[in-house]
Amino acid sequence: MLTPVLSDNWDQIRSWQLASYQRSGGYEALKTALRMQPADVVTAVKDSGLRGRGGAGFPTGMKWSFIPQDNPKPKYLVVNADESEPGTCKDIPLMLASPHTLVEGVIISAYAIRANTAFIYVRGEVLHVVRRLQQAVAEARAAGFIGVDILGSGYDLDVIVHAGAGAYICGEETALLDSLEGRRGQPRLRPPFPAVAGLYGCPTVINNVESIASVPSIIANGPDWFASMGTEKSKGPTIYSLSGHVTRPGQYEAPMGITLRELLDLAGGVREGHTLKFWTPGGSSTPLLTADHLDVPLDYEGVSGAGSLLGTKALQIFDETVCPVRATLRWTEFYKHESCGKCTPCREGTWWLVQILERLEAGQGGEEDLETLLDLSDNITGRSFCALADGATAPITSSIQHFKDDYIAHFTNGGCPFDPMASTVFATAGASA
Amino acid sequence: MSDTTVPYSTGETKLGDTTLAEMRELAARYPVGRSALLPMLHLVQSVEGRITPEGIEACADVLGLTGAEVSAVATFYTMYKRRPVGDYHVGVCTNTLCAVMGGDLIFERLKQHLDVGNDETTEDGKITLEHLECNAACDYAPVMMVNWEFFDDMTPESATQLVDDLREGTEVKSPRGATICTWREAERVLAGFPDGRADEGPTGGKATLAGLRLARERNWKAPQGNHSGRAPEPEQTVSPDAASGPRPEDQPGKESQTVHTDDARKED
Ligand SMILES: Cc1cc2nc3c(=O)[nH]c(=O)nc-3n(C[C@H](O)[C@H](O)[C@H](O)COP(=O)(O)O)c2cc1C
Ligand code: SF4
Repeated sequence: MLTPVLSDNWDQIRSWQLASYQRSGGYEALKTALRMQPADVVTAVKDSGLRGRGGAGFPTGMKWSFIPQDNPKPKYLVVNADESEPGTCKDIPLMLASPHTLVEGVIISAYAIRANTAFIYVRGEVLHVVRRLQQAVAEARAAGFIGVDILGSGYDLDVIVHAGAGAYICGEETALLDSLEGRRGQPRLRPPFPAVAGLYGCPTVINNVESIASVPSIIANGPDWFASMGTEKSKGPTIYSLSGHVTRPGQYEAPMGITLRELLDLAGGVREGHTLKFWTPGGSSTPLLTADHLDVPLDYEGVSGAGSLLGTKALQIFDETVCPVRATLRWTEFYKHESCGKCTPCREGTWWLVQILERLEAGQGGEEDLETLLDLSDNITGRSFCALADGATAPITSSIQHFKDDYIAHFTNGGCPFDPMASTVFATAGASA
Repeated sequence: MSDTTVPYSTGETKLGDTTLAEMRELAARYPVGRSALLPMLHLVQSVEGRITPEGIEACADVLGLTGAEVSAVATFYTMYKRRPVGDYHVGVCTNTLCAVMGGDLIFERLKQHLDVGNDETTEDGKITLEHLECNAACDYAPVMMVNWEFFDDMTPESATQLVDDLREGTEVKSPRGATICTWREAERVLAGFPDGRADEGPTGGKATLAGLRLARERNWKAPQGNHSGRAPEPEQTVSPDAASGPRPEDQPGKESQTVHTDDARKED
């Protein structure tokens, strides 16, 4: 049922330290990789079927093979550790518990694409994660895994831990590059793609934390081992994050394609005395699903087939006490706040969406406003510069699709019919508030 | 205070040669110096307690940019503050999941309790209160952050207790981090100058380990690999508390008030 690979050492004593990581077999994969040709490492990752864990699911090995090796410019590896998509909470606990899994992955991946400098761009709002990353890189350097002529291989690598400063858009890979260059984090026009002209205009690979952290296990155990888990087109073990109204929220590492019904069963079910109302399969930018979708395989194809997206596998569980209009408004306020302002449909559109939703939540509206919302969403999605705007409309269109009655109840009720206390954790704890 | 024109100079900058040297050191860490701008702005905050006009000019000087170019960057990111921040930056997540789980009520309670609005500082200069977007800890909702350290499974009571402790100078530990330092000290770490406290705190909390504990209990493992690279099977070094399942202090609402020692997890 569960297949702990990335999370397997998280209960070891001081799992974040080099000594502990090495007791669990850490850095053996690096030694193996350094005995391979870089191109063979790329092939191994290709053969494993690993797809990017940052949301889009692009095949990782294929992305690496786009780096033009005849280009004389330096190559860069950039790890996207910006984790800010609402609901997403897998990379942060991974880096806190086992930063060396990521660091070992960084060294192997950088070797594969022949980069001599790698960056870990971590969001700034996680102080202790930054501390553990800084220490892990320092320990790896002292052990000779980072630096000049690594383990006598002739390969040199510098790794820089870089803290961001609070901007969701910097998770978008080209905005991240601008931010890493010391600019405002605004997306770039593509093409050229980062593989051709990325950081400082040089060939650059950008991967999510979990993608890079999966690489050592692939090199250690072989691509076939990795591909033996998961479904036909979505391979490997992966971290599913359950949060919200669930008995035992947390990180559950399972083969790709497990269902929410199975995960909820492992996590003790929806909180006692309540029923599932809606959930996100992969963060707030992925359209809401309902209890009708409990048996959808949580892989890229399965969730797309159900009209949503696998995204970051951030399963936010909401029970029947939650008002879908309130939830949607709050997410919309988030996108409005985080819109980088570069393009009009997103900058102005998210602003209008909030205005309308505020009115609807207060019970001042009618069904024609729902048409306006859908119309606006239609004008934003696919017409904006980057995917932030597409994500912004996901909660709106999906909540209207599934919960039109709840919107209408606001109009007939002259306000929100839900009790905000009922959805809190302390409502059931019997205590407080 | 919120109507004070910003940015403003008090004419009392604390930026000196030491900080300028550290800024140059940061710039030298990168293939292109300008990449150090975000870390340098964190450094300005660690010295000045906010982004000052002098701080902007210093960054511009070191990197050969104009003040306007640096300002454009500083105003883009929410962690950079134009008004002085208290000793403790207290954040309450009010993004959807935390909000419905109790974050909205916690934020309301703290505004009343501290008598401040969003992004305002208490009169004693100790606490700046702000509501936050998702901080990647949803499995511990409702979540608060103090100087960007996690406080998990909060309630209005544990939240008011927390800010009272901070104001009174009682030592406070993050359940998944270190003993709380000041906001300026935290900013220095974010700038890229480690404070040597990475070993404080646990590997993770109860939610982090939820799936792994279940897998251990039921003896679920990933398939065997070909072991071409991996070293011998890991020795059994599971810490006693991890093996015995959730600890009492792992129960929701308790983490935040409990002073966590890492004794149980210390290496022999
Ligand atoms: C608005 C926005 C925010 C994003 N945030 C993140 C993030 O925090 N972390 C991440 O890995 N990818 C994020 N992505 C996806 C990245 O653009 C990119 O696809 C990913 O980092 C590629 O890595 P992967 O192939 O390993 O998944 C975001 C995308 C968008 C549009
Ligand atoms: S879609 Fe939004 S976030 Fe993306 S570039 Fe346009 S304004 Fe910026």
